[in-house]
Amino acid sequence: MRPFTFSRPEAPALAIAAKTAQARFLAGGTNLVDLMKYDVERPPALLDLGRIEALRGIAEGGGTLRIGALATNADTAAHPLVRRHAPLLADAILAGATPQLRNMATMGGNLLQRTRCHYFYDRQTPCNKREPGTGCPAIGGVNRIHAILGASPSCIATHPSDMCVALAALEAVVVVQGPEGERRIPVADFHRLPGDEPWRDTTLGERELITAVEIPAWDTGDHRTYLKLRDRLSYAFALISVAAAVTLEGGRIAKARLALGGVAHKPWRLAEAEALLEGRAPEDAAFAAAAAALLAGAQGQGGNDFKIELARRAIPRALHQAVAGTPQSHVEKAIR
Amino acid sequence: MPDDLAPRPPGLLTVPLTVNGAPRQLHIAPWTTLLDALRDGLGLTGSKKGCDHGQCGACTVILDGKRVNACLVLAASKEGSEVRTVEGLASADGTLHPLQQAFITHDAFQCGFCTPGQLCSGVALLEEGHAGSEAEIREWMSGNICRCGAYPNIVDAIREVASR
Repeated sequence: MRPFTFSRPEAPALAIAAKTAQARFLAGGTNLVDLMKYDVERPPALLDLGRIEALRGIAEGGGTLRIGALATNADTAAHPLVRRHAPLLADAILAGATPQLRNMATMGGNLLQRTRCHYFYDRQTPCNKREPGTGCPAIGGVNRIHAILGASPSCIATHPSDMCVALAALEAVVVVQGPEGERRIPVADFHRLPGDEPWRDTTLGERELITAVEIPAWDTGDHRTYLKLRDRLSYAFALISVAAAVTLEGGRIAKARLALGGVAHKPWRLAEAEALLEGRAPEDAAFAAAAAALLAGAQGQGGNDFKIELARRAIPRALHQAVAGTPQSHVEKAIR
Repeated sequence: MPDDLAPRPPGLLTVPLTVNGAPRQLHIAPWTTLLDALRDGLGLTGSKKGCDHGQCGACTVILDGKRVNACLVLAASKEGSEVRTVEGLASADGTLHPLQQAFITHDAFQCGFCTPGQLCSGVALLEEGHAGSEAEIREWMSGNICRCGAYPNIVDAIREVASR
C-alpha cells in the first residue's frame, strides 16, 4: 500500500470540507483497502467516517425506510424494520460476500463497490476504467463474467453488488450531501453505463458524501425472491441474479418489480418489463414476455454468451418463486 | 516482544486497543492493517495472513463482538475497540474453549493454517446462533477456506458444541 494521510472527521460537514477529488472516504474498507493493496486505488488521503454517528442508524417513518450510510450490511440484513419493510433487500445482502465481510461492509460502500473485472484488478494489463484510453482487453479476452447489456466499445465490466440489485427493484433513493447541500438521487440514476467514460461508476460528485439510503416501505411478505446463480454455492459473485417482488390481487399481478444483477455496469431494471406483468395473470406467458423485454438488445462477448440464455430462464423462475411466496433460501440451496 | 512496530518514524499514530482483555497501545503508520499490527506489532501470530485480500478467512478475529477479516481493517480506524484473537479463546488457566476441544475431538484440521480463523469464525457463529443445521453452518462458515478440505470435520465440531 502506498502512504497516505489519515484523518477521522467527526461530522459530515467536516468530512466534505476535507474531501478532494483524489481523497477517499473510508467506511468498511472491504473494497477500498483491497484495491489499495492491488495499487488500483492510490488515494493520497483517507477520511475515515467511523466517528460520524449521524451516518448510522436504521429507522422507519411515513412509509419510508431510512438506512444510514454506515449501517453495516450484516446489521441491515438482520434489522427487524428491514425484514418487514424491505425483505428483498435482506435477501440480496445475505446472498453476497461472507459473514466477516458483511460485518464490515456498509450501505454507502456497497453502493460504491467497484467492478470485479479481472483486467481492472491487474495492473499489468490495460484498462479504460483504471487508466483511461489504454484499451479494454476483456473485449476479445476472457469475458465469462462480463456484461451482456449496456456495454460500450470501451468497457464491458459489470457492477458486482447484490445489494444494489434489490435497491434498484425497490426504487431506493440515495441521499448525498456535498458543498452545495443535500441531493437525492434515485438509485436508477446513481450508477451509470460505461459509455466513453468507463472510469466514472456513478453520478456522485467528487466532494459528495452518501449519508443514507431511503426505500419506500413495501411489505411484500414472502412474495419476493433474490435468485442468485453463481459458480459456487456460496461466496461467489453472481453470474446472473434476479430480484423480483410482486403484489397479487384477485389472482392477478397488481404490482411487480424486477431487476437483474451480473449483466451490466449497473443493476438492470426496465419499467416496461414490469408493465408487461402488471394486470396479468401470473403465468408463464407473462413471465416470458417480461424476460424478453428486460433482455432486449442483450449481446454476448463470446465467453459470456451463456448468460443470455441463463437470464432468460432465471427471470421466469424468480417470478414463479415470488408469486408462489417461496423466496430463495440462501442456506438451503435447492431452487424451488 | 515490544508493544509496537519499531522503528518509529515521525507521523505515527497512537492507537489504544483492548486485545484479549488487555489494554495495548499501538504506534503505527496509517496503512497498518489490524492483522499486521497483531502479528508484527504485538507478536500475536495466531491470526494468519493467507491471501491478505479478505478471501480466505485465515485472519478472522472478533472485533467488538463481530467476526471480521483483520487483513482489510486499518488498525488506525479502530481506536478503543476490543479485539479477540485465537490466543484469547482459551481460559486464563489454559482450559480450551469448547470449540477448540471439539476441533481436536473431531480432527477438524490437517495442516492447521486456517484453523485460527476457523475457530474465531466458529465461535462467533455459535454466538450469533447460526448453527441450526449443517447447511446453515456451511453457509455461515463460507468465509473460511480450508485447502486441506477438513470441512466435514469442522462442521461436526461446530454441531457438537451447538448441540450442548
